[in-house]
Amino acid sequence: MKELICIVCPKGCHLHVDEANDYKVTGNGCPRGAEYGRIELTHPTRVVTSTVRCAGGRYPRCPVKTDQPVPKEQIFEVMRALDQMELTAPVQVGQVVLSDVCRTGANVVATRSI
Amino acid sequence: MYDLIVIGGGPAGLAAACAAWEGGLRSILIVERDQELGGILNQCIHNGFGLHYFKEELTGPEYAGRFIRMLSDTGVEVRLDTMVLEVTADRQVHMVGKTTGYRVEQARSIVLAMGCRERTRGAIGIPGTRPAGVFTAGAAQRYVNMEGWMPGNRVVILGSGDIGLIMARRMTLEGAKVLACVEVMPYSGGLNRNIVQCLHDYDIPLYLSHTVTDIRGKDRVEQVVVSQVDERRNPIPGTEMVFDCDTLLLSVGLIPENELTRQAGVEMDRRTNGAVVYENMETSIPGVFACGNVCHVHDLVDFVTAESQRAGAAAARYVAQNGDAPQRVLQVRNGDGVTYTVPQRIRPDRVEKRCDLFFRVNRICGDSEILVTSGDTQIARFKREHLAPGEMENITLPRVLLDKARDEITVSIREVEQA
Repeated sequence: MKELICIVCPKGCHLHVDEANDYKVTGNGCPRGAEYGRIELTHPTRVVTSTVRCAGGRYPRCPVKTDQPVPKEQIFEVMRALDQMELTAPVQVGQVVLSDVCRTGANVVATRSI
Repeated sequence: MYDLIVIGGGPAGLAAACAAWEGGLRSILIVERDQELGGILNQCIHNGFGLHYFKEELTGPEYAGRFIRMLSDTGVEVRLDTMVLEVTADRQVHMVGKTTGYRVEQARSIVLAMGCRERTRGAIGIPGTRPAGVFTAGAAQRYVNMEGWMPGNRVVILGSGDIGLIMARRMTLEGAKVLACVEVMPYSGGLNRNIVQCLHDYDIPLYLSHTVTDIRGKDRVEQVVVSQVDERRNPIPGTEMVFDCDTLLLSVGLIPENELTRQAGVEMDRRTNGAVVYENMETSIPGVFACGNVCHVHDLVDFVTAESQRAGAAAARYVAQNGDAPQRVLQVRNGDGVTYTVPQRIRPDRVEKRCDLFFRVNRICGDSEILVTSGDTQIARFKREHLAPGEMENITLPRVLLDKARDEITVSIREVEQA
């Protein structure tokens, strides 16, 4: 039995995950908590939010995120990929700026228009 | 003459203006000192916003962007690069702008939505030399996320509020080494999820009941000394730890930015550092409303939005009805375990069906009951499994219960004895 704090939402439910019983989750306030508990103990993932260089805008950075969670151990690899990039304004919110980043299946999308 | 002037174009001001427009006002002005709308959300590039309001997880710029888009579908006027200098009790707003110069505008109603600012080194009096490299966490956040500057390479963070935790992760992702997060209280001021995903994920140690007792360095921070504190928060000699670092980030609390509010003569609450407000976010000056972090510091922008929509809708009603006669007022008092409540006053006759009451507790509690009493009578009771000072609580009081109360109601906490 493992105890976790759910990070899906600000409520922060205290989860109990039973590894011996097919990762059955208790203590979760919603179905997303059950999913988080199972994934966290089998192959933990996170959404990465960061910025990339952007020319021609009001500020020299454009905020971005992965459009789905990526494996936790690849977070720094994703960061290195973002460090290689430079965008040019205009950029639209939701625009894919890098697809299938580090072969994770996730796209990097802009989180604001510039 | 405007129906409504909203001071501040962050999440509170945007939501209030949109709600007032929906409420029927057609001459609304937002005054914003920055060069763009959105406020602090623009630099909060992490996700976790909007789960309540939009039922999905957004980043700060996305959350702001949605409201800016909503606003652009209305006829609300916006003045950017414009600083409000004074608000008077008869609802004149003095402002100065880059292109518009000095202007005085008259409003039928005003929403104060100026937000808050960070406490600094001076506010907490950290001993030591005065080198470069000491930043508030929010200033560092702006440098990194908007302006593209890295404030330092080896970092100690004082304070475990959410901004500090978020910056611990952010600095780590950008290649800095975060040596420690130091918290003077025996518990973190931030959300549990941020302890997990910002500190635990990156093996950053959290030192509870510790504080910074010395900053060393001539031109740039070279070392920070951290000491354990006793239960009265006094440093314990002999517990010093020395961290070799070039940067100290401070996440040591937020102060509602109420210079304009005080100057206007609005009655203030010493506990929230914001205006005393009624159930509809109206201040002691009729037609002047306050919402968002200028009223009390929130944990979640979703709650700022909800509160500000109430303020905006109330401003619209105020203008439509041209004010009305004074009514029965209930004082809301803080009982055992409660630090503050918002609203501080309720006019039951103005409550349609129910009234939301927000408050913070002064200690961590397990299984607890929230008790609402009036005189010797208990009028409501709510159960909670967990209460913490870092997490704003709210209860909903139906109108019928408020009608039972006389003159005042008291909100208090009672921890349930473990069997």
